Amino acid sequence: MKSAVVQLPGLNRDRDMIAALTKISGKAPITIWQTETEIPDDVDLIVIPGGFSYGDYLRCGAIAARMPVMQAIKEKADKGVKVLGVCNGFQILVEAGMLPGALMRNTSLKFVCKEVKLEVVNADTDFTRAYAKGQIIRCPVAHHDGNYFVDPETLAGMEDRGEVVFRYAEGTNPNGSLSDIAGVMNRQGNVLGMMPHPENLIESAHGGSDGRGIFASALDVVAATA
Amino acid sequence: MTVTLKNGVLDPQGKAIEGALGSLGFSGVGQVRQGKVFDLELDGTDKAKAEADLKAMCEKLLANTVIENYTIAID
Repeated sequence: MKSAVVQLPGLNRDRDMIAALTKISGKAPITIWQTETEIPDDVDLIVIPGGFSYGDYLRCGAIAARMPVMQAIKEKADKGVKVLGVCNGFQILVEAGMLPGALMRNTSLKFVCKEVKLEVVNADTDFTRAYAKGQIIRCPVAHHDGNYFVDPETLAGMEDRGEVVFRYAEGTNPNGSLSDIAGVMNRQGNVLGMMPHPENLIESAHGGSDGRGIFASALDVVAATA
Repeated sequence: MTVTLKNGVLDPQGKAIEGALGSLGFSGVGQVRQGKVFDLELDGTDKAKAEADLKAMCEKLLANTVIENYTIAID
């Protein structure tokens, strides 16, 4: 299982993501720069980390979504390669049209940086099989625009198909997100976007390892790390 | 081009501005919607082409049509 981390100007969680993938898989991911148009064939998981790509100008993730590397990622995703977008990575995936909906300004209008609780709504995915359905995990969030919105018809279809993967639980919705949505996946099940930062809760030095299961699932090392 | 949030999409910034206007004593203000204005110069004099180009710019980049509407004015 080979992973890759996308690096764009303004993304700042790439090092945390590289550390998490390295620790959990035992192998360092390769890095992919914004201008690259080809991603090696042996990459099975592409991760777009958090940050403030292109200064969040225009809309969060809007400029990044239109860079050449995103076309390459889209082609890989169409072929079934797993793609995980965290925080700004999630915003980039919705702006690129790879996930439904949009991420708007938090209803509080404030940047929120704290820990929330997440419910694993769907544990039967390539990103969540390390968890049990309905399991509540802890996870940090840090964002200004995490207020998920999608039209009601699209949402109903997503719910029916199990594409709402994570919800904020126990009244911890930090941003006014519709239906407490914290993470969604595409219809094929190989692209997941989430606002919380699982890469920041993977070892005891972080105060817990609740986020580890997402990487263990995506990297296909659940049995090895269980 | 003017880009605003669609009706039915909650606009937290518009709400905050509405509250601020009320606290300044402006009564009867409702449904404040915040948006963006893009002012740009185009080469050429073909208005139909300009309109088509501006529409494409809005669709491809300037507006997120999941949540936003846009209008175009040329002069």
